[in-house]
Amino acid sequence: MSKTKQGTSRRQFLVKSGLGTIGVLAVGTYLFRNPIRRTIAEKLDSGESFYMGDTSSPIIWFEITTNNNIILHSPKVEMGQGTFTGLAQLAADELEVSMEQMKVVHASSISGNMDSFATGGSTSISSLWIPLRELAATMREMILNEAALKMGFSTSDLHVKDGVVSVAGNKMTYAQAAENVTEWKIPDTPILKNVKDFRYIGKPVARVDLKDKVYGAPIFGMDAQLPNMAYGAVVRSSTIGSKYIDADISKAENMPGVIKIVKEHDFVGVVAKSLIEAENAKNAIQVQWSKERNWQTADIEEMIVVGKGEPFVIQKEGDAEDILEDEKDVIISQYKSPIGAHAQLEPNGALAFVETNNATIIMSTQVVKLSRDEIAKRLDLDEDKVNIVPTFLGGGFGRRLHTPNAIQAAVMSKAVGRPVKCFFTRKEEFQNDTFRPPTHHVLKAKLSEEGMIEALEHNVSSGDVAFGSPMVPSIAAPILGADLGAWRGGMIQYRGIPNYRTVSWRVTLPFATSWWRSLGLLANTFAIESFMDELAVRLKKNPVEFRLAHIQDDTKGFRLKEVIKAVVKKSGYKDEVNNGRAMGFAASTDANTPCAQVVEVSIEDKKIKVHKVTCAMDPGISVNPDQVRAQCEGAIIMGMSAAMFEKMEVENGALTPIIYGPYQMALMKNAPKEIEVVLLQNDDKPGAVGEPPLGPIGAAIANAVFRLTGQRLRNMPLQLNNHF
Amino acid sequence: MKITFTINRKPQTVNIEDENTPLLWVLRDILDLKATKFGCGKGACGACTVKVEDDAIRSCSYAVKFAKGKSITTLEGLGTAEKPHPVQQAWIEEIVPQCGYCQPGFMMATAVLLDKNTNPTDEDLDKNISNVCRCGTYYRMRKAIHRAAEIKRAETLNTEDNV
Repeated sequence: MSKTKQGTSRRQFLVKSGLGTIGVLAVGTYLFRNPIRRTIAEKLDSGESFYMGDTSSPIIWFEITTNNNIILHSPKVEMGQGTFTGLAQLAADELEVSMEQMKVVHASSISGNMDSFATGGSTSISSLWIPLRELAATMREMILNEAALKMGFSTSDLHVKDGVVSVAGNKMTYAQAAENVTEWKIPDTPILKNVKDFRYIGKPVARVDLKDKVYGAPIFGMDAQLPNMAYGAVVRSSTIGSKYIDADISKAENMPGVIKIVKEHDFVGVVAKSLIEAENAKNAIQVQWSKERNWQTADIEEMIVVGKGEPFVIQKEGDAEDILEDEKDVIISQYKSPIGAHAQLEPNGALAFVETNNATIIMSTQVVKLSRDEIAKRLDLDEDKVNIVPTFLGGGFGRRLHTPNAIQAAVMSKAVGRPVKCFFTRKEEFQNDTFRPPTHHVLKAKLSEEGMIEALEHNVSSGDVAFGSPMVPSIAAPILGADLGAWRGGMIQYRGIPNYRTVSWRVTLPFATSWWRSLGLLANTFAIESFMDELAVRLKKNPVEFRLAHIQDDTKGFRLKEVIKAVVKKSGYKDEVNNGRAMGFAASTDANTPCAQVVEVSIEDKKIKVHKVTCAMDPGISVNPDQVRAQCEGAIIMGMSAAMFEKMEVENGALTPIIYGPYQMALMKNAPKEIEVVLLQNDDKPGAVGEPPLGPIGAAIANAVFRLTGQRLRNMPLQLNNHF
Repeated sequence: MKITFTINRKPQTVNIEDENTPLLWVLRDILDLKATKFGCGKGACGACTVKVEDDAIRSCSYAVKFAKGKSITTLEGLGTAEKPHPVQQAWIEEIVPQCGYCQPGFMMATAVLLDKNTNPTDEDLDKNISNVCRCGTYYRMRKAIHRAAEIKRAETLNTEDNV
């Protein structure tokens, strides 16, 4: 078994440095050829995930407490997605301990158990499915071997349950077995449990962080505190593209509570005794910013147009280009999505304590390693002298995949020689977000005489998602061409169509656009699935049957068909208006997880009202079906919020709005009163969960609204025409 | 300047330079009651909701001087693991929280609503619970609020029976 494990590890290594490795290997004449790009794109779309940390020893993962609990030091952060619970389930099953004995904490960066990648991409459970169970099984064997020595039996004689070893009427806890062990021997990796023997995997156990969250434990980055802590505030630009040049601090310096004004080459900040004093002094600093163009929403909209920027073919089958070239009898529709904000409730921030030769940073981050490396570089410290202590995240959604603000907290702490806590205000959060980029889509199709799709093409123009992110090597852009985040969900999933093609147009915007939960999936699926509905309507066909007829007969196709059939059955989907309500259907495949949704809408007070959403998803094994359901429910509401309400504008160079309310989001009154989730399992391992259910919701709503009103809404956020 | 109020059923005096400091920061930074969250600082998201006397207030936009002599309840004072408040009990039964950051504000808003309305309808919830949750836990929250109302009504009945 250890051989298998090494094999897995080796493979992980190769793929973990995937983008970089491709960079080295692919330099040559083949570099810019599209087939290679498409191969890479298909690979990235396959949903395979790999864990990118150290799995060589269980010692850095598990701790046994004297009262016989197991502490799992998780390299993945908990941001609401339920990862701590899922990982605890994986570990408990192989460790042979009860869930009550499992505690989960975040592994700090100096613990040795650091993930070199990130928490994101719906990969945490799937990437650790094998490695964590192998680590837990190995740990169990290590404990049993020690217990056998102490009890005078051989390991194979021992029985184990709930962390207690028993043999011949004697009992010994794991804690007792582990006591005084100075050197652990790591055995060959044991054979993992059979599915039928799982005690916790596949069961809806309660979240391990439930009580902390219900009783208000101080678990978030913003709750962190250290003795002698001061408060920091950094002056941030409110306009696009303006860079810090210099600042007049004369007024701020003498304000109450101010400890120090910290002027650096790239920012100015205040350290004060209280947060209010820091904010007041910050507001008294006069900053000189470099002037940029006075950007407006219209300028951005003019940039995001299919046909502008650089095109890259990311998917191609048959000869769609030629068939669709002559636009006679070609059906064309265009769709748009706006700039979206993350709007997570806990602002970005960090508590930093920098001493002479080391630094401790307590913070909400999705990228422990990147946060560490950037701070070490700026402070000129060795990376192992910078300890990132991750906290629970008050929402992640991709917002914390880059944390330059932590550098500022660290620099200010160094300047005053005491701990400094520094957070964004809400206005700063909205204006300095790494936004979901706006998109423009052109869909083209030609139908056959038999009423089938002969050729289909999806052109998408989008701001960058992955490119420009410090997580992605800069070499990736010229190699991959198309932004792998922007086209997520953009490929045609109906591979029974003889000719299809997807073209991604890359546009770099003047403000930061990056990872937003599900990346391009929401907008791409909105466009493709709205268009599929338009085609079905034109042909007077049932939209579900129309889609099923275009799905290929392979494993992927089978799984997609199954979720479609399941959602239709559960929702009682009908292509008709009934009592002022209509249903809409859409489906998507993201990271190899197919998902289909049916929504039921009516029009109330001239507005769209979503009453019920039925969702069928096949993520393979659902390690915790209750939390997979929770992710579906949350993704549906977040996707609904983005599809129906949310929109950032650019006014006179500034991103706006800057506060909840004006930045409209779904609230209790908008959330569907009924959400039904059906989970299928047509794969033998856990797949992506957190993002795939965001795919269909926008199109499903738009398709329902069309049936009810005859209005085809092709722009997000979905708004009915006034004359309705 | 000294300001005295009752916090979670105990008298408390704070010494503060600026009486216009929002109650939120007094709770979090001076009294170390961290359950009440900062979300926006403008009373727009509800993450900082606490109970002052009989009302739900957004403490980020409520100067501490207004709390003088009043009774304040935060999530820490609502219930404990040993004796959960009906809202907390229901939140646990329905497994509501995801990231959890906005949940204290929702639970406080719910607790106040149930004090005034023992059997709220869906429309009452739509009207009265206007906090923001980015994880989208509204669906479970709605179920939990109805469940909390049910637990609370049962508790009230039991108390009356005992009298």
